[in-house]
Amino acid sequence: MLDTLIDIVAGTFMIVGCLMSLAAGIGMLRFPDLLSRLHAATKPQVLGLFLLLAALGLELRSWAVLPVLVLAWLLQLLTAPVSAHMVGRAGYRTRHLKRETLVADELAAVVEAAEQREEHEIGRDRPRDRTDFID
Amino acid sequence: MSREQRLADAKDESGQRQRSTLRQEIPLLVGMMLVWGALWQDFAIGNLVFGLLISLLLVRVFRLPPIILSGRFNIWRAVVFIGAFLRDVTRASFEVMYLAVFRGPRTTSAVITVTLRTESDLLVTFVGHVLTLVPGSYVVEVDRRSSTLYLHVLNVNDQAGVEKARASVLLIEERLIRMMGTAEELAALNAEKTEPSKEHGAPS
Amino acid sequence: MNIVLWICGITLSIAACLAIVRLAKGPSILERVIATDVLLLIISAALCIEMTVNQHANNLVFVLLACLVGFVGSVTVSRFVTDRRNA
Repeated sequence: MLDTLIDIVAGTFMIVGCLMSLAAGIGMLRFPDLLSRLHAATKPQVLGLFLLLAALGLELRSWAVLPVLVLAWLLQLLTAPVSAHMVGRAGYRTRHLKRETLVADELAAVVEAAEQREEHEIGRDRPRDRTDFID
Repeated sequence: MSREQRLADAKDESGQRQRSTLRQEIPLLVGMMLVWGALWQDFAIGNLVFGLLISLLLVRVFRLPPIILSGRFNIWRAVVFIGAFLRDVTRASFEVMYLAVFRGPRTTSAVITVTLRTESDLLVTFVGHVLTLVPGSYVVEVDRRSSTLYLHVLNVNDQAGVEKARASVLLIEERLIRMMGTAEELAALNAEKTEPSKEHGAPS
Repeated sequence: MNIVLWICGITLSIAACLAIVRLAKGPSILERVIATDVLLLIISAALCIEMTVNQHANNLVFVLLACLVGFVGSVTVSRFVTDRRNA
């Protein structure tokens, strides 16, 4: 009885988890520009992997595996936002975006000001590469 | 350690970097030790000690600037936070799914500015991580000096949507400060709650 | 469990196909990077399902590795793309 119940829950988790991957695929194809597509690549996948790992944990029911499952998910939680940030930043800086899909762009003014300042400061030996990574 | 020193350390311009002390590294070492145990699926004492030795070696060889913990951690708030986080991740994922299927190419978004209350690098990073996973946003740029995040937010149709997104980011920050912010940040937060006239987060 | 396996298999295959289409079409290298990321995650999802069905945990390390490879890959490429503009 309990086994069937757990099987049903695990099965549901697996199907929904796979649907999340499908959502990522559809989003990759249908969203208008790079910056929107990044959303499809990060959010559903984190939930999808969580559900699949949870299903695995429910089916195996072993305490030894649990820390690895948690570790796998935590790693995903830590890495997904960082890679989204890096790709998004590169995309914004190289202007891989469609202006008409943006309702507001509060960063544009800041970037413009920074670029003007940079032009002003050109010639100074400023370790440009390191600072732009940190700021 | 002062804020200026931390910024200078990260930029590595002064040539003299502030090293973290062994005491500041304890959480990192314990975390690495547990990861080692989890990977081997073996939490026996011998294995953990070996993991600790390897972590010590790694931390010595690949030096990192220190992370400053606030020294305050509210476990109950953490449980509430994790619960809210799981709920929000589910909701955000289904929202993205809905948008991908039904709105598709007509989805509009916005790049907004949010100035956080906190000054700590750790909290800014944490807020950035959480808000990438929870509401429909991720961080495009960070201004570390003023703790300002520039976010890309999905599914924003008008100015009201922009304000809503800003409010939700500040709510995440509030939850995190209540969980692990410093006592001063918490006091400032409480003062702000009792006196709601002060506006936060709007770009200056 | 068999039906679940079929549904999951078909869903993941479609998802993988969509990611591959984006990988082929993607106007910029950044799009290709995130498509590869999605593809890697679909592969790790498939590994998870295989483990669940066959009741073992031997492939869990590969799930971890897929995660790390995707991360390192996308960070490296986006660093490179940003740098080239600055140079």
